Amino acid sequence: MLTVEDLTVRFHHRSGAATAVEGVSLTVGQGEIHGLVGESGAGKSTIGASIMGLLPAAGEIASGRLMLGETDLRALTASEAHQIRGKRISMIFQDPQTSLNPLMTIGDQLIETIQAHEEISTDAARARAIALLEEIGITDATRRIRAYPHQFSGGMRQRVVIALALCTNPELIVADEPTTALDVSVQAQVLKLLRSLARDRGVGFILITHDIGVIAQVADRVTVLRGGRIVEQGETRQVLTAPEAPYTQALMAAVPPLDHRLDRFHLPVVVGEETETAGAEAAREAEDWLREGIGSAAGPELELSGITVRFHGERQGFFGARESFTALDDVSLTVRPGTVMGLVGESGSGKSTLAKVVAALVQPSSGEMRLGGAQLPFMRTRHRHHPSRRLLQMVFQDPFSSLNARHRIATILGEPLWLYGLETDRTRRDRLVRSMLALVGLPPEAADRYPHQFSGGQRQRIAVARALLSRPGLLICDEPTSALDVSIQAQILNLLKDMQSRFGLTTLFISHDLAVVRQMSDDIAVLQGGKLVETGPSEPFFTRPAAGYSQDLLANTPRVRFDRSVA
Amino acid sequence: MLAKIRESEALWLFRRSPAAMLAALIAVVIITAAVLAPWIAPTNPYDLSSFSLIDGLLPPVWQDGGDPRFLLGTDDQGRDMLSSILYGARLSLAIAGMAMAVALVLGVGLGLAAGYFGGRFDAIVMRIADIQLALPAILTALLIDGISRGILPRELHDDLRLGVITLAIALSLWVNFARTARASVFVERSKDYVQAAIMMGQHPLRIMLRHILPNILGPLLVIATVDLASAILLEATLSFLGVGLPADSPSLGTLIRIGMQYLLSGEWWILWIPTIFLVVLVVSINLLGDFLRDLFNPGLR
Amino acid sequence: MAVFILKRLIQSVFVMLAVAFLAFSLFSFVGDPISQMTGVETSLEDQARLREELGLNDPFIVQFARFTGDMLQGNFGYSYRTREPIGAMLLDRLPATLELGTVALIISLIAGIPAGIYTALNPRGVLSQSMLIATLIGVSIPTFVIGILLIFLFGVQLGWLPTFGRSGTVEIGWWRSSLFTVDGWRSLVLPGLTLGLFQLTLTMRLVRAQMMEVMRTDHIRFAIARGIPWRSIRYRHALSNTMIPVITVIGLQFGGVIAFSIVTESVFQWPGMGLLFLESIRFVDIPVMSVYLVVIAFFFVVINLLVDLLYLLIDPRLRVREAA
Repeated sequence: MLTVEDLTVRFHHRSGAATAVEGVSLTVGQGEIHGLVGESGAGKSTIGASIMGLLPAAGEIASGRLMLGETDLRALTASEAHQIRGKRISMIFQDPQTSLNPLMTIGDQLIETIQAHEEISTDAARARAIALLEEIGITDATRRIRAYPHQFSGGMRQRVVIALALCTNPELIVADEPTTALDVSVQAQVLKLLRSLARDRGVGFILITHDIGVIAQVADRVTVLRGGRIVEQGETRQVLTAPEAPYTQALMAAVPPLDHRLDRFHLPVVVGEETETAGAEAAREAEDWLREGIGSAAGPELELSGITVRFHGERQGFFGARESFTALDDVSLTVRPGTVMGLVGESGSGKSTLAKVVAALVQPSSGEMRLGGAQLPFMRTRHRHHPSRRLLQMVFQDPFSSLNARHRIATILGEPLWLYGLETDRTRRDRLVRSMLALVGLPPEAADRYPHQFSGGQRQRIAVARALLSRPGLLICDEPTSALDVSIQAQILNLLKDMQSRFGLTTLFISHDLAVVRQMSDDIAVLQGGKLVETGPSEPFFTRPAAGYSQDLLANTPRVRFDRSVA
Repeated sequence: MLAKIRESEALWLFRRSPAAMLAALIAVVIITAAVLAPWIAPTNPYDLSSFSLIDGLLPPVWQDGGDPRFLLGTDDQGRDMLSSILYGARLSLAIAGMAMAVALVLGVGLGLAAGYFGGRFDAIVMRIADIQLALPAILTALLIDGISRGILPRELHDDLRLGVITLAIALSLWVNFARTARASVFVERSKDYVQAAIMMGQHPLRIMLRHILPNILGPLLVIATVDLASAILLEATLSFLGVGLPADSPSLGTLIRIGMQYLLSGEWWILWIPTIFLVVLVVSINLLGDFLRDLFNPGLR
Repeated sequence: MAVFILKRLIQSVFVMLAVAFLAFSLFSFVGDPISQMTGVETSLEDQARLREELGLNDPFIVQFARFTGDMLQGNFGYSYRTREPIGAMLLDRLPATLELGTVALIISLIAGIPAGIYTALNPRGVLSQSMLIATLIGVSIPTFVIGILLIFLFGVQLGWLPTFGRSGTVEIGWWRSSLFTVDGWRSLVLPGLTLGLFQLTLTMRLVRAQMMEVMRTDHIRFAIARGIPWRSIRYRHALSNTMIPVITVIGLQFGGVIAFSIVTESVFQWPGMGLLFLESIRFVDIPVMSVYLVVIAFFFVVINLLVDLLYLLIDPRLRVREAA
């Protein structure tokens, strides 16, 4: 149905032309879900935009054929292409929060879309829209069709988006990361919906994603892309279970498995980034310095009891009452000395809030914290010079904002050293900073550069180095890899594991991804809607979760291995 | 710095934008000429002995009856127009520059603190800013001038005129800086590098000045440029309305007000030359501001 | 929804109280009212008696309450300069300013909004670029220069329109209007244009910036991907989302219109409130200054209330709270 042959796309920048996609061929049949998977820069979204005829102004299809049935998509005029959009090809965007016009009811948006492509009365269009919404799993559609987008939850909104893409009965739908903004439970429902639409209605899908788990769940065929070129293509099961290309093999090795725990990811050099391996000698100084400060004992114990956090919403006007909302409700847990506690939950579960409470960035309304037996004060009462300021360090989620863009790496890394008075001598500070960079796998010369000169993974290494340079006892990692590609994620997880075990750091590891948490943690705690659902040792949890919610969470997390039956 | 790439890109864009280059050139020439007025102007318009009524109302040199001593002609007193304009521009720029500087320090200071600390302090500062915003700049400046007339004895008021005008302009412009700074701080504050600094226990002043401020300079620079233009306009308008500077030390606006008397007569240069000079100066500064805005907000290009 | 309106109403009352307080402080602290009202020949006893009669020895808060009460009853006090009641003076001048401001605002909206839309949708067009350059020059020319230019061109050179003053007025009750005669319109055109041009450039630039931002949002890209007709994408989807922030600013612009009407009225010798205010500043006529402030604030608050109500009509996110 859709045939892409030898597609090459160039972008014209002022520095010259760059090839984003080169020589890509693929086909999508009726009712088939074709996955495009790859890390950032693989060109997968560019392929989608080329098919839609929606490349940005700087992009240009240099060569290749794009055939939808008998229609040559490249031969269309601008207005013919606009006619085809919606009618025969449609698209689903990543973020359901922003994909809908907030000022129109979903009914009006559906009816308008249907009438844009068909001569049909408004009543008939409405009837079709209602039927479609019901089919897609929105109950009471007759009433809810009059509602505005903000009245729906995220998952329901993505269903509305799908209905909009579907309401004109297109042959092909390009879905660009359709579940990336959703929680696993909603993701599972949406993927199931896509699957049934392909089967029952014969719609072809191009499913663009970075998540191999999503591909494994629903795609019939898969194309693995890297740097704009096809690495491997074939039936999903075949590609994922017996990958032929070394890159695919390495990619699969980097995917954290949900069903067992690896000591380390074994990454062939074809994926990820070059790291400084010859730096063992250079790193010696930093390692000795850390050992000298931290000693051989394991890090301190962290005890939280009865932590409750209430947020006050925006004041409604100057005198209006504030709407309050409970982010954490009576949470108690203990992170044992020198171990990793994995904290999991969906968005809104309060897991990041808990990290911020410990880090004194959020003030709880009640509860108590102890670090290494001593009372750990809350935000308002934790003095700037409190010893825990040094002892407790954090690695943040977004490596692009966690380093000050205006400071050199040497300045950023030198900060904890002078702030905590760990090293008063300037030259010694500088030596230590460079040695620490070597320890986290970066060249010592990195100290002279600025954050924007590094990739996300490298910046996360710098963030780890900054944490280590205060000789910490407790490390909080708040989704440290969720902004990274899977191969980089594996490298950073390896680094964190190394550092944690070498220096006996007590670690609070927060993630929404159960597979990642399984690789990292000794103990686990599950949060849902601010409440602690379950906590205990990690391995029994993954084989026999006690709480119903934990069971659902595990069941909904996509699995990559095909040793069990696949939906 | 946001790096060499960013800077070289700025330079690249600058070279590619003839309008911006021309504007920068004009602005630099005018500002330099105005600053150097005492040294480069042909005569001193404040010095009563340097001109005489005999030379009154001479047209510019290129017109019949022009006198090569007076490039742009003379006014009714025989004062050289070029000299008056250069001295006037010097005064206008001095007031505008000072007002802008005061507004910048006041606005950025309050905006940074409001954005960083939030809460009640933020609410109070922003409420004042809202009221200030509802009172347009000219109204504020006029009110301050009126109040100062009421409070200060007449002689003192005349002596402090320059200060009052500067303050009036500064007080009507600080809101822009404060709002921009606060909005940028809100964005920056939630970023992890600031959270990291707070968590480490760094001093709030250090976080504001050393971490946040360098990251929000871009938008502030745009505001500073645009506000310099507004300040020049505001001063000219106040002087035109006759509540600005007195006629014995005329700014550009005062020159235009005096020139208005010649609107219906043949001596066009007394009105139009200072007017054109003012407009060219403000247009070039605004063009620069526009260029900077595009530079820091590439999305709108 | 009712709660929303009620909140805004209460807020408005507080804003008015704050302004009244400001005006009253101006009134009581700037200059001594007694010495302003009496001449040198008045004896100290008479002055003291007057002070007592006027209640100037009462506690500050009592005086403020009386001031506010008087204002509410339309009793605005007397001008130091002319000894006339301020209420009558303002009422006499009000129609001139309101008509001028309304005409200017309408000019700025009727021309500014379409121009903003056009330049946003055709950013690279020659016409757009020249319009942008024109607005840049527009914001750089002081209002009084625009006025002088217009007077010079249409009044002096071409002689089509009067150069100053307000003629051809018709009295409807106490409202003296220039909207009902050709002469009245002729004298209104130039000041209206002068005042409107500056606002026009602001409106256009704002609409353009907002619309360009909206055109890049996901829901517009999704509408394009669904093949919705371009006309609907631009004027139904994008325009309505553009107007939401624009409306607020237009509400704020009313303040600008009032402020620049001072300048315009001065250039054209237009007998409105702005000219009165300017005179009161020159003569340090504090009561007139403070009442002017209160009246302007009142208009401002009313306009902003209307803007809030308009919001309720346009934005369902404010109107409907419950989940579907």
